[in-house]
Amino acid sequence: MMFDRPLLRFVPRGTKINFMRGRFIGLATSAVLSIASLILFFHPGLTLGLDFRGGIVVEARTQGPADFNAIRAALAAEHVSAAGVQSFGGPDDVLIRLDTPPDSEPDHEARTQAMVDSVRHAIGTLPGAQVLRADAVGASVSRELFRNGMLALGISLLMILAYIWFRFEWEFAVSAVVTLILDLTKAIGFLVITHFEFDLVMVAAILTILGYSTNDKVVVYDRVRENLRKYRTMPLAELIDLSINETLSRTLGTSSTVFLAALPLALFGGASLSGFAWVMLFGIVVGTSSSIFIAAPLLLLMGEKRLRRDARPPTRT
Amino acid sequence: MMYYSRLRMASVIGVCLIGLALCLPNVIRQPMASLPWRQIHLGLDLRGGSYLLLQVDMNSVTADRLRGLQDETRQTLLKNSLGYRNLTTSAHGVTFTPRTPEEAQPDIKALRAMPMNVPGEFRVEQAEGGQITLTLSEEAARQRSYDAVTQSIEIVRRRIDATGAIDLEITRQGDDRIIVELPGISDPERVKNLLGTTAKMTFHLVADSAIGSSVPPPGVELLPMTDGQSKLPVFSHVDVDGADLTNASASIDQQSGEWAVNFTFDSTGAQEFGDVTRANVGKRFAIVLDNKVIEAPVIRTAITGGSGQITGGFSAQQATDMALLLRAGALPAPLNVIEQRSIGPSLGADSIRAGGYSLAAGFVLVIAFMALFYGRFGWYANIALLANLVLMTAILSLFEATLTLPGMAGMLLTLGMAVDANILINERIREEVARGRSALQAMQAGFERATGTIVDSNATALLAHVMLFVFGTGPVRGFALTITIGIVTTLFTTLLLSRMLMVRWYARTRPSALPV
Repeated sequence: MMFDRPLLRFVPRGTKINFMRGRFIGLATSAVLSIASLILFFHPGLTLGLDFRGGIVVEARTQGPADFNAIRAALAAEHVSAAGVQSFGGPDDVLIRLDTPPDSEPDHEARTQAMVDSVRHAIGTLPGAQVLRADAVGASVSRELFRNGMLALGISLLMILAYIWFRFEWEFAVSAVVTLILDLTKAIGFLVITHFEFDLVMVAAILTILGYSTNDKVVVYDRVRENLRKYRTMPLAELIDLSINETLSRTLGTSSTVFLAALPLALFGGASLSGFAWVMLFGIVVGTSSSIFIAAPLLLLMGEKRLRRDARPPTRT
Repeated sequence: MMYYSRLRMASVIGVCLIGLALCLPNVIRQPMASLPWRQIHLGLDLRGGSYLLLQVDMNSVTADRLRGLQDETRQTLLKNSLGYRNLTTSAHGVTFTPRTPEEAQPDIKALRAMPMNVPGEFRVEQAEGGQITLTLSEEAARQRSYDAVTQSIEIVRRRIDATGAIDLEITRQGDDRIIVELPGISDPERVKNLLGTTAKMTFHLVADSAIGSSVPPPGVELLPMTDGQSKLPVFSHVDVDGADLTNASASIDQQSGEWAVNFTFDSTGAQEFGDVTRANVGKRFAIVLDNKVIEAPVIRTAITGGSGQITGGFSAQQATDMALLLRAGALPAPLNVIEQRSIGPSLGADSIRAGGYSLAAGFVLVIAFMALFYGRFGWYANIALLANLVLMTAILSLFEATLTLPGMAGMLLTLGMAVDANILINERIREEVARGRSALQAMQAGFERATGTIVDSNATALLAHVMLFVFGTGPVRGFALTITIGIVTTLFTTLLLSRMLMVRWYARTRPSALPV
């Protein structure tokens, strides 16, 4: 039967790649990338999205290619000063940004709302133009959204740590969470370089790639744990290499399917989803490689003494 | 591991069929009204519409109550022929100095007998300097803000309903916030205007004696006229409250030809209105809306019919909106819009198209991948994947969940990750075959060993997304919800359904070698 046997295969059967030999190169590369990302995080820093920055963003579609001068003039006639008028997506799509009055001023909320209406009126005066989207987020709300987003991120990391700790031994948990934090810094560096706006949806994307990355590490660790019981005298470096090689086919298979699922979203998902999907794609690559090149070497460094003391049976959870 | 009882098979298939049935409401019309018909709603980002986050101004709720308390205090003291000096309100209470120290005890006694909105609403105490203070309690403040939000939600609903909005959603958020979702209304300006006024209407007698003085005597307030130019002194005491209105409508006044708002009182209001007008013929009676005097006509005769008319030089729209606001009732406190998001219908349609295409393309790619790399077992995984999609849709329909753009992304990612479990099983089986195990042993070992890993890896993902659901807001919650549901359906479809397909195939054909 035609569909009976698989037509393609990812990795040849029984690979014996010596990953642990390159462990210092892997850790060093990761450290450099993460430090570079941290520097980028402080300067120039993340492009904060509307959710976290507060302000007004209006997207409009004009009839024919956008005439920026006409748009600025229409805005000026309504007495609003735009912080930025720029094109995005197609040539007839315009993005108008405004800063909201600081929340120390009285009536800043009512004034913010009045500004949105003024921008609408201004666009209404342009023939054939229509408002696609108008968002206004007050300063107090944006601070709150930011706090909630960070809280979700922090608590999720703690829960992952607790779960792995509970299921494995502490060396596993600590090396997994250290790797996740390194993954996280790289995702932030990616956001800075690509200028994708950091908003709530991006927090969701980052949490998803952290979840995915954890998933990947759990699979490798699971195999390490199994092999620890099976080969009681094998040196840890060799044992970790064996475990990675045994799970390599699965690791690549799963990364590929998630990658394939997210790829169309990145290419055709539209303005609001493609940034999210690109971060996902980046995260899949980083998360998969970090399981092999970061999480495993860290486990080796931390567990060399403890997990493989003579030929003693390993402690079990 | 390798045996599925008939009952077990029937229940797995049964769950899938029930899932399929639950998806139906999303594609066909309800055939009978008695049938439960739950479907997924499209989020505002997909169908277009507006989202408003309103904050109830709690300071003004307290300030209002304190003003009322000060007024009641004055009335009570006067009624008991007790004197007072320096009657003021502070942030939390009302303070005054008794006329003589001997009157302090009768003062306190009289004030403690005043009616309270809730038991223990305020305390009456004498400070060391002889001053008497009335302090509002924390408990009552909390109750008052809770009530204020509840009441605001009701009024907001009535006001927006009157504009003919459909599928309006109003929910309470936190202590002092209200979320208003308006599907289909991509320009919420009119709604914002309707919500931007408390529409508190009161009737006060004009303090003619104080006209012209810049500092009003006690018990009199200087209120601006709606034209914004002049101010009129009126007695603080509310003679008739607009809350007693039963109806209001806009019409053109027969005599002047101007737009006017006609209103009708309920029996209490009509009684009060009659009494006041009868006692004050020839005086001016101010109609005050949100602390602005609309007009102050002279009372010519007692009005006992319980109805009246306001002519304030309105435009047609102003008169209609004002009648609407009076009918819907006054908000207990001003509302501020602190977040607004609106999406035009064309963008929503664009998003559906883009999201739909991406979802389909991603799905096809994953299916092709599984078929190419895993052969027969890959196709079983694909059947499980399809069942997964059906079950996710079914559960989302059952919850009548709202599908947002990030929610669609969540579904797609779930499908990408759902095959992981199948890949784990298949890779394990391959390994066991490579080790020289028989077909049966290899499948058995594959299922057994992979299950622990599958549960572990899904549990961590589940934890992360439950947290995201708990702490997230808006569209992110939709994303977390779909993934959380997706993880559950994934466990079902891979651990039970695709395994069942593999086991049934083995039992049917008894192959000597596995197609891996």
